Amino acid sequence: MSKILKKIIGNRLALLGLIIVMSLFVVAVFAPVISPHDYKNINVKNILMPPSTNHFFGTDDLGRDVFSRMIWGARISLAVGFVSVGISTLIGITLGALAGYYGKYTDMIIMRFVDIMLCIPGFFLILAVIAFLGPNIFNIMIIIGLTSWMGVARLVRAEFLSLKEREFVLGAKASGASNFRIIFSHILPNALAPVFISAVLGVAAAVLLESSLSFLGLGIQPPTPSWGNILTDGKSNIEIAWWLSVFPGLAILITVLGYNLLGEGLRDALDPKFKK
Amino acid sequence: MLIYILKRLLSMIPTLLGVTLITFFIIQLAPGKPTDLMTDLNPRITPEARQKLEEYYGLDKPILKQYLLWLKRIVKFDFGNSFSSDARPVIVKIYDTNEPFFDRRLIVTLTINLLSILIILTIAIPIGIYSATKPYSIFDRISTLAVFIGFATPGFWLALILMILFGINLDILPISGLKSLNYESLSPMGKIFDKTQHLILPVFISTFGGLAGMSRYMRSSMLETIRSDYITTARAKGLPEKIVIYKHALRNALLPIITLLGLSIPGLIGGSIIFEQIFGIPGMGQLSYHAIMTRDYPLVMGLLFITSLLTMLGNLIADMCYAVADPRIRVK
Repeated sequence: MSKILKKIIGNRLALLGLIIVMSLFVVAVFAPVISPHDYKNINVKNILMPPSTNHFFGTDDLGRDVFSRMIWGARISLAVGFVSVGISTLIGITLGALAGYYGKYTDMIIMRFVDIMLCIPGFFLILAVIAFLGPNIFNIMIIIGLTSWMGVARLVRAEFLSLKEREFVLGAKASGASNFRIIFSHILPNALAPVFISAVLGVAAAVLLESSLSFLGLGIQPPTPSWGNILTDGKSNIEIAWWLSVFPGLAILITVLGYNLLGEGLRDALDPKFKK
Repeated sequence: MLIYILKRLLSMIPTLLGVTLITFFIIQLAPGKPTDLMTDLNPRITPEARQKLEEYYGLDKPILKQYLLWLKRIVKFDFGNSFSSDARPVIVKIYDTNEPFFDRRLIVTLTINLLSILIILTIAIPIGIYSATKPYSIFDRISTLAVFIGFATPGFWLALILMILFGINLDILPISGLKSLNYESLSPMGKIFDKTQHLILPVFISTFGGLAGMSRYMRSSMLETIRSDYITTARAKGLPEKIVIYKHALRNALLPIITLLGLSIPGLIGGSIIFEQIFGIPGMGQLSYHAIMTRDYPLVMGLLFITSLLTMLGNLIADMCYAVADPRIRVK
């Protein structure tokens, strides 16, 4: 673990990613302490004020402090990112492990299901389901999770295919370990590295997805702040309040950039192919 | 080769069946009956009329029977009529043969996406090659950083910023639709110029979305190829570096790109929904968004099916190109 950390720190871009990810984490956890104003506080005398020392990122069309709303928005974004990636990783690991370990019909059926899910345009599917079930944070987390596990499943399956023939698995089999035990405590720990990388990259994708949904009005619903729905306000005030469009967009950009840089850095650190 | 194509076509059938099952299931998720939207808003509707309507759509039958009936119809591309006030058949809304070819929604979306794929390839491949042949050079570092930033930029946000910049501040590009109001009165050349102007921003946004991933992928594919033994052989026998890279390595490095193109179709369709909505482009993406927001179930089902079918066809074409380019696949 310390070796990996050393490699990350040695790689400037990956280090930048790590710093971004850690700072966002701190911002999200300590949101109530950090935000200078109450994010719900409506102030009609203070509508659409440009950035100032009192309101760092200006105020929105209800006079709310954009900086505070964005700090709380970080919480929402990361919550959606982590929970939906948690769901998709769990599904991906289970189905991938079953397909790779048992092979034959189990493999055929599961991989066919993966093919089917990959054929349906994911964003369209997510939009439709959320519109029908109603947009709230739980539906969004669950639906993003349910529609983005296919990559993990393929990864885990490939790892299982090569690992299940190795001596330590044959040894475990010979000593009478159950299939369940072999899958989860013998093979899986050895297959987790690529899953971990794809989970880090998955958080980036989920944050982007949530903001697109919120932007289209099918994501987090106001008054709960999310970077995507602040941008929707920005769109309706595009000619008079640039700060409503610029800052949330930059926040999304930096977050996604951070997770992608960290993910790629981890890939370089963990993948023996890239050893110099 | 023919056997390979036939095999691939046959294997599409169960996948397509699965797609129809999921599409059908999604619609069942919606609370209430699909016809509620038509009946609830009509105060004069009688219970008999309501029942008649349900019979018309087959909603009184068991769910399995409903599915089979629907399946029987969509084989003939009959997705029923839209719930919207014009009540036109779904297939006509997507592909209206009465309109000029390039105004049909399916064609509008396909044109923009094909244009951006072409631009993506012409930019991404040279960048990838150059980065891979000089890894960790200044160019590679800058392009890597640019790729990461491009990857992280939300397309809809960039669209907003560009609309502010080019549409409002500089006022040199139109920000909505595909044609100006005076389109019909323009000369043929003027028409082409007008359309091009309207296409610049949407095509740029759509290109931007795919460019980063593609050039990154090209770089790693090229890097991997350059490390293989046959390249060392080519260099060892004294071939000039240009021939080694462009003649020997490039062919193999391009193979994964073909597959990636096939796989990127669903993402392009998702992207179309967003940028067509922002720029007000009358394509399939805009239609999808409206269909979802107005709960136009027949239209949503039809669109989900057709976009999935397009994805599968794209994958099929990609696989066929792959088989043409790489004989090893055909033998398997």
